[in-house]
Amino acid sequence: MQPLNADNRYRVYDRAQARTAEQRPAARAGVRRDPAPSRWAYRMQRLWLTPMFRVAFRVGLPVFLVALVAGLYLRDDTRRAQLTGVFTGMVDKFQARPEFRVSLVSVEGAAPELAEAIRARLKLNLPQSSFDLDLDGARQRIEALDAVATAELRVRSGGVLQVLITERVPALVWREGERIEMLDATGARVAGLSARDDRPDLPLIAGDGADHAAAEALELFTIAQGITPRMRGLVRVGERRWDIVLDRNQKIMLPEQNAPAALERLIALDKAEDLLARDILTVDLRNEKRPVLRLAPSAMNERRNAMGIETSGSEL
Amino acid sequence: MTDLYQSQRAMRHMRRAAMQRGVVAILDVGTSKIACLILRFDGPDAMRESDGVGPMAGQSQFRVIGAATTRSRGVQFGEIAVMNETERAIRTAVQAAQKMANVRVDHVIACFSGAEPRSYGLAGDIELADSVVTEQEIGRVLAACDVPDIGMGREVLHAQPVNFALDHRTGLGDPRGQIGNRLACDMHLLSVEGSVVQNLLYCIKRCDLEVAGVASSAYVSGISGLVEDEQELGAACIDMGGGSTGISIFMKKHMIYSDAVRMGGDHVTSDISKGLQIPVAVAERIKTKHGGVHATSMDDREMIEIGGDSGDWEKDRRQVSRTELIGIMRPRVEEILEEARVRLDAAGFEHLPSQQIVLTGGASQIPGLDGLAARILGQRVRLGRPLRVQGLPQAATGPAFASAVGLCLFAAHPQDEWWDFDVPSERYPARSLKRAFKWFKENW
Repeated sequence: MQPLNADNRYRVYDRAQARTAEQRPAARAGVRRDPAPSRWAYRMQRLWLTPMFRVAFRVGLPVFLVALVAGLYLRDDTRRAQLTGVFTGMVDKFQARPEFRVSLVSVEGAAPELAEAIRARLKLNLPQSSFDLDLDGARQRIEALDAVATAELRVRSGGVLQVLITERVPALVWREGERIEMLDATGARVAGLSARDDRPDLPLIAGDGADHAAAEALELFTIAQGITPRMRGLVRVGERRWDIVLDRNQKIMLPEQNAPAALERLIALDKAEDLLARDILTVDLRNEKRPVLRLAPSAMNERRNAMGIETSGSEL
Repeated sequence: MTDLYQSQRAMRHMRRAAMQRGVVAILDVGTSKIACLILRFDGPDAMRESDGVGPMAGQSQFRVIGAATTRSRGVQFGEIAVMNETERAIRTAVQAAQKMANVRVDHVIACFSGAEPRSYGLAGDIELADSVVTEQEIGRVLAACDVPDIGMGREVLHAQPVNFALDHRTGLGDPRGQIGNRLACDMHLLSVEGSVVQNLLYCIKRCDLEVAGVASSAYVSGISGLVEDEQELGAACIDMGGGSTGISIFMKKHMIYSDAVRMGGDHVTSDISKGLQIPVAVAERIKTKHGGVHATSMDDREMIEIGGDSGDWEKDRRQVSRTELIGIMRPRVEEILEEARVRLDAAGFEHLPSQQIVLTGGASQIPGLDGLAARILGQRVRLGRPLRVQGLPQAATGPAFASAVGLCLFAAHPQDEWWDFDVPSERYPARSLKRAFKWFKENW
């Protein structure tokens, strides 16, 4: 039978083990048997387990420190100026490179004297960096010229500022009081004119506000091509309707609305009846349903004499 | 008494706040060890369907996320004897548990075993005002129970309605909404020494924790040690702790009696220490390693090295046989069990329909105890282990943790107490206001 000592639980006394056991209490003498956290350690651990505190400590504190250091550094004005100076200096240095310098202006699509005027208007002190060019402002300055319809500015390679001009084409001559001006098809002023005879090829209009109705005037001129040799021009009446003035002081008064149609009807009547060649002063088309003719002062008597009717008394 | 009523109500509010935060700590302040568990509540319906256990004891609702134990110091007979030592021990346990759970807890539910608990059965009855039992009527009937003289300096720890009777029907668990004329109620009241409770609360407060509830250790170890049918049919739980042995009798899932014997495992240890003239630590080690209560002839030949570091060779090489050790332990264990038997007899335990006795607690781990207990307490004795709780570490599943686990269950499913109902006297000001109004009407 196995002795009881062989069982692992009831080992017989081991001398070596006992010796270490004897030494151990002496080594442990200085150690407290029941360690417990101090009040402050306990509170710190609880504080550290608080979610708000953790977030504040791990995110809020670093952010605060960085902001504090940055704020202290930037509190001095000279430091701030130095910092911005460094930055703007770098930007300036980059923009002043010769690759971005503009030194020439080429104007295209304009007559030589207009080109000169445009160069004068640009007022750019070249050479200049393309970053500093105010292209929008320059374009507006050029388009402020009456003779320029649109302008297109672009910086081409090689430091050339290209200005593409579309000129206004004069289509009408407008006399307003003493002034004589040329208008384009939209009614915008192109240039002044010293005398009507400088441009006899352009039709003449007159009257206040005639330039606002330039498009209608041009339409009327094309319709009235048949009587062009007799036409002196169009007169704007009351800024609302047109009068056609012919030679022999004849006048065709057109309505406010549907003036072209009325004129077409009159041209057709003229072709059929040779109306305008007769001795009349005015054709009044203002009322569409009732055109009115005004005869010359002696015309009625002439007609009666021709018909063999004796007349007496005054003209009227 | 109203002071205690108010403070218990405040604890109930604190418990509600803890439930809302979802984290609460369990603190079992015992004589030999202090255990701290940290529970996380998942809300009422989490994990109900999937685990398949169903609502058994409500254990699916919470999870243990931190556990720590430390050797208790400054506690004798389950009562705090040295205040700052106990505070340090509580701090140690709570800190370790918090570190494991990695969460901060502010609310604590504590239990203790000492303070000489005494049970009282109260009865009260009222005539119902409008023949329907409402919450207020229950408050009234609970207030109508005539409170016995519980003695100077004693306070009520538990006051649980055990049974309701409506007219001639008795055994009602929840009479609310029922119709009758006369409502009667039986209440179980457990009183303890007030100073002990105050000491414990003060200790916990010194650790920056809020108390969300206090329970008797005998009661909560009964909750975890007894299985459901034992609680229903009637059983006694004997929680053999280090410094005191708690006794609780359950019937119809209510505790109907509780008492404590001021003896426990530590007394066995001190007997060994005195009998063999060895230090307490060595005696404790020998007790847990070689202890027992039934000597056989084999034990005569089994020699135990006692050891020692006195430097005297003869003294340090002493050996005792296991029989001698058993001879020292057995009378003390017998004494404890006899004392428990006396308490059970006094409570009228033999009249219960079922007389199951469950032994739990750290001292119930002595080999052969169930045989000895069967001789003294009756045939129906078993050794109980606490229920299994989700997330509980393996080291904390032994019978020594019965009250800690029971306290977890108690935290999840508290029993209705007297202070959960409004006292009808709170309606009294309304009546006096009416009287004042009447006086005005008559005189002006």
